[in-house]
Amino acid sequence: MSRSSPHDFDVLVLGGGPAGMVSAITASQHGLSVGLIDEQAEAGGQIWRAPWAASSGKDASPEVRDGHKMRETLARSNVSCLFGRRIWSVTDQYRVEVLGADGVETYQAPHLIVALGAHERVIPFPGWTLPGVMGLAAATIMLKAHGLAPPKDWVLAGVGPLLAAVAAGYARKGHPPKAIIDLSGPSDWLATLPSLASRPGLFKQGVGWVVSILSSRIPIYFRHAIRRAEGQDRIAACVIGPVDQDGHRVAGPELSLDCDALMIGNGLVPGGEVPRLLGANQVYQHELGGWIPDCDRYGRTSLKHLYAIGDGAGIRGGAVACSAGQLAGLAVAHDAGFIDAASFARQSVQPLTENQKLAAFSAAMAHMIRLRPAQVASISPEAVICRCEDVTRQDLVCAAKAGARDVNQLKHFTRCGMGPCQGRMCGDIAAEILAQEHQVSRQAVGYWTARPPLRPISLQSMLGRFEYSDIPIPKPAPL
Amino acid sequence: MSTLHDLIVIGGGINGATTALFAARGGMDVVVVDRGPLCREASGVNAGTLTMQMTRVALIPYALRAHQMWATAREWLGHDVGVVVCDGLSLAFTEQEAELLTFRAGKRREAGAPITLITGQQALQIEPGLSDKALLAGHCRVDGYANAYLTGLAFRTALLDAGVTLMENNPATDIQQTSSGFEVVTNQGPVRAKRVVIAGGVWIEEMMGWLGIDLPIKTLVNQLAVTERIPTAMRTVVGIANGLLSLKQYHHGTVVIGGGWQGVGSRDGGACSLLPERLVGNIRLACHAIPALKNARLARAWTGFEAETRDALPAVGPIPGITNAYVIGSIHSGYTSGPYLAKLLADQILGREPDLPLFPIDRLLTPEPHAQG
Repeated sequence: MSRSSPHDFDVLVLGGGPAGMVSAITASQHGLSVGLIDEQAEAGGQIWRAPWAASSGKDASPEVRDGHKMRETLARSNVSCLFGRRIWSVTDQYRVEVLGADGVETYQAPHLIVALGAHERVIPFPGWTLPGVMGLAAATIMLKAHGLAPPKDWVLAGVGPLLAAVAAGYARKGHPPKAIIDLSGPSDWLATLPSLASRPGLFKQGVGWVVSILSSRIPIYFRHAIRRAEGQDRIAACVIGPVDQDGHRVAGPELSLDCDALMIGNGLVPGGEVPRLLGANQVYQHELGGWIPDCDRYGRTSLKHLYAIGDGAGIRGGAVACSAGQLAGLAVAHDAGFIDAASFARQSVQPLTENQKLAAFSAAMAHMIRLRPAQVASISPEAVICRCEDVTRQDLVCAAKAGARDVNQLKHFTRCGMGPCQGRMCGDIAAEILAQEHQVSRQAVGYWTARPPLRPISLQSMLGRFEYSDIPIPKPAPL
Repeated sequence: MSTLHDLIVIGGGINGATTALFAARGGMDVVVVDRGPLCREASGVNAGTLTMQMTRVALIPYALRAHQMWATAREWLGHDVGVVVCDGLSLAFTEQEAELLTFRAGKRREAGAPITLITGQQALQIEPGLSDKALLAGHCRVDGYANAYLTGLAFRTALLDAGVTLMENNPATDIQQTSSGFEVVTNQGPVRAKRVVIAGGVWIEEMMGWLGIDLPIKTLVNQLAVTERIPTAMRTVVGIANGLLSLKQYHHGTVVIGGGWQGVGSRDGGACSLLPERLVGNIRLACHAIPALKNARLARAWTGFEAETRDALPAVGPIPGITNAYVIGSIHSGYTSGPYLAKLLADQILGREPDLPLFPIDRLLTPEPHAQG
């Protein structure tokens, strides 16, 4: 792993979604050598995910068209695309370890832009771990990348714009859900309309979704949430019940819907592991999805030459991610001495203005998918919170009573978050439960210490070819 | 005027917590202050190994008694901390390692550790998960492991039951000597006691400085890793001759990989980080010993501090020149031996004659003797 020059690039960009692609292209346009790393075979991230070659392209959505356009720009740029590589470690002086088809590789650069996106927030209910229950992100991948049809009887549940996008997307392909269970009410949707005024394109898209959903005559249960999923070896039915606008259970009839699949999404949690791993300052911003790195408007974190942008730095959506990418690309060009202060200021005006225009809409969408504390308060005691380690809400409550006051202590007391997902699935909810138990703020219970590997990797893949004599065994401990 | 406690313990790790527990059970009114929650540093993040084969020779008599304490933790601590007593194997893969192992096992056996030397084939009988590449193995029946992350939960309950006042998340910043004893300055205000125990792990150097004592402490940054849950791959604690590997599989299926490979970081704050090539080195060694580990995925890797005095032997005993002040730390195999040494210190504080001698720090306060070859 030794190399003559420590630096492979002027800047490394982690994550090939909108924020990462745009920042990489921008930095490259200003003369920096750029390495763009992503786990997928192609750039695009979740929102611009590249459709599988054989899937039908005739009804390409605006996202698909934007994604293709940006991939073409990327291909014409000087950015070195390091795709198909899973990032497992990021350490000081921006050394990045990846696992690719040829094994472990190391890349290093004096500047690092982190644009690793968000992950789904799961609000657990009894039965959520049954086969057949899946997240909306997975549903989106099936839809966008593979054009796969869901099982015949499937139910869509959760909150936010992704709900409408997935419903409309599948309805257009002739596979509408059996029912839509929406935590929001019509008034919540109407409340977002003013913010859409600045986004005519999105308004049109939204209208398209509504038309698709209405013309498919899908029953919509507003102000309802999943109470539990039932079934032996896989989901056979889901039971829904009414809630108020905060997600509190309210009186009213429960309804059981037979189904083969349940696709559910309750918003997004910023994936801020890399800045956390490196020790960048974090702030808790409830409306932006939770803990995020403390950044200036160019994405500069508290650590020198570390930038964080896109949904991983706060849930703001794909459009903001693009202008944030431009800003971070410009900032890194400036900070690395490739453009002067005047040029940096001049070129930042347009993306800063764009961000300002987008702010109202992005805030309205983020507000819609925010965590409602009452949703968490309504989770039943027997519901599994940490599915890697089989830890229930009741286990967490007991640990809080036994004196666990911060989330890392909670992890020690219960093993919650110790599994291969490292708490990405359960972290937000476990922290909320702990804060509610002690009646303190989310800031007071903290966040889980980030640890490598950033994603699980097999020991075999880390080993490479070696002889016993190659292992640099340190000198013996004193006797 | 705030309460005058009989004893204040600064640092709620395994050393401080055990000292506090036995002092309180001996009738003292004890307060523990810690800058964080109990046992959240080295005591909570170490590999949990309870072995004789990585223990320093001088500590073997203590480690054997401490092992007995761990094995019966439920009786004196009230919680079993997931302790499993099992066989331990220390492997030699080369002629050179076999020579080292023979020498080291011999010295440890002389000190009382029941270690026997067996062939690689015999080791395979004891541990079918082992690679067939071992030439020689040290075999010890007194071995095992605990779930280190449960230590805080266990001690928290025990200390509260014993009537100890816990002041967690309350950093101490200074100690003043007063006519009645000591006043410890903490974030939550001064805490007064007749006696003080400094048990702050890698931070005891700074704490000793508050009393005007210069006790240099080296900080090790040990790397550790754990796999996801896998089917049974091993049933013993496995190490190698020079001590740079420790492996064991917990009942829930995860395998903890340790051995003290060094990461980077400082006790003065900031993020500690693992050196990826050393993690790979440690994992190569682990897979060389237990080949089935290759099929596992790495779930997590982390670092934890270990404190070391200049002679790598413990600092446990009264603080010279200051009546009623004590220190405990840098025990080396601290998690294994800590509870017994802390119990001895509690005996001394309670005015009882300890069963085995402590490790007074006078030897560490003189100018360093000539460096050893």
